[in-house]
Amino acid sequence: MLVEITNTVIDTAKIMATMKAGPDGAVCTFDGIVRNNTRGRETLFLDYESYEAMALQQMKALAAEAATQFKVRDIALIHRLGRLYVGESSVLIVVASAHRGAAFDACRWLIDTLKKTVPIWKKEHFVDGAVWADGEPFPDEIVPAQVVEG
Amino acid sequence: MRVRVLYFGVLKDLLGAERDTIDLPGQSTVADLLAIIEARKRTQPGLWKTIAVAVNQEYVLSAATLQDNDEVALLPPVSGGQEEARTDVG
Repeated sequence: MLVEITNTVIDTAKIMATMKAGPDGAVCTFDGIVRNNTRGRETLFLDYESYEAMALQQMKALAAEAATQFKVRDIALIHRLGRLYVGESSVLIVVASAHRGAAFDACRWLIDTLKKTVPIWKKEHFVDGAVWADGEPFPDEIVPAQVVEG
Repeated sequence: MRVRVLYFGVLKDLLGAERDTIDLPGQSTVADLLAIIEARKRTQPGLWKTIAVAVNQEYVLSAATLQDNDEVALLPPVSGGQEEARTDVG
């Protein structure tokens, strides 16, 4: 299991190559890259930041849960922080498994769950301004705090 | 008692700080702490209902009781990974 938060370029080819082993029949990769626009607004770059100690701990827990739940052999889960430009990889997920179904399912579950629970945020810098990206609401089990009324 | 508070994402900009230390009566809860922070600085309505809280790097509910020297992180909805288009096709 390879779980990392990095401030440097993610070497996708190298990581994919190291994830292959004899028992595998499938390696499923999700390479999340910076798009050149959000809802038509032209993007210059994104700044990613995290609550790093907690984010890494959460990512390790997700990888372990995915390995158990989908019965896949190995997982790499890497997130980059800092300033990323269009086309660069912000997140890389590689799942190696005997069978493709489990590899696809685990890969999809990992990105979907990471995006809802791992404490990482991005600020989108456009040609005409900057905003913090709208996050997805937290899942029910992470009940949002409610300020006491009055 | 005193807790260390960390602000992330949009909260850091709205509150104008990355971290803070706040004194509280013993037995205070996460909700008590949020009420103090909210009273100090008014932000947009509804913001606080979207915030998750972690104490010592574990998600907690607002009824959780705080201890002296806890690290309390206020977390806006997270936006890691790659942005999914919400209105575009593809």
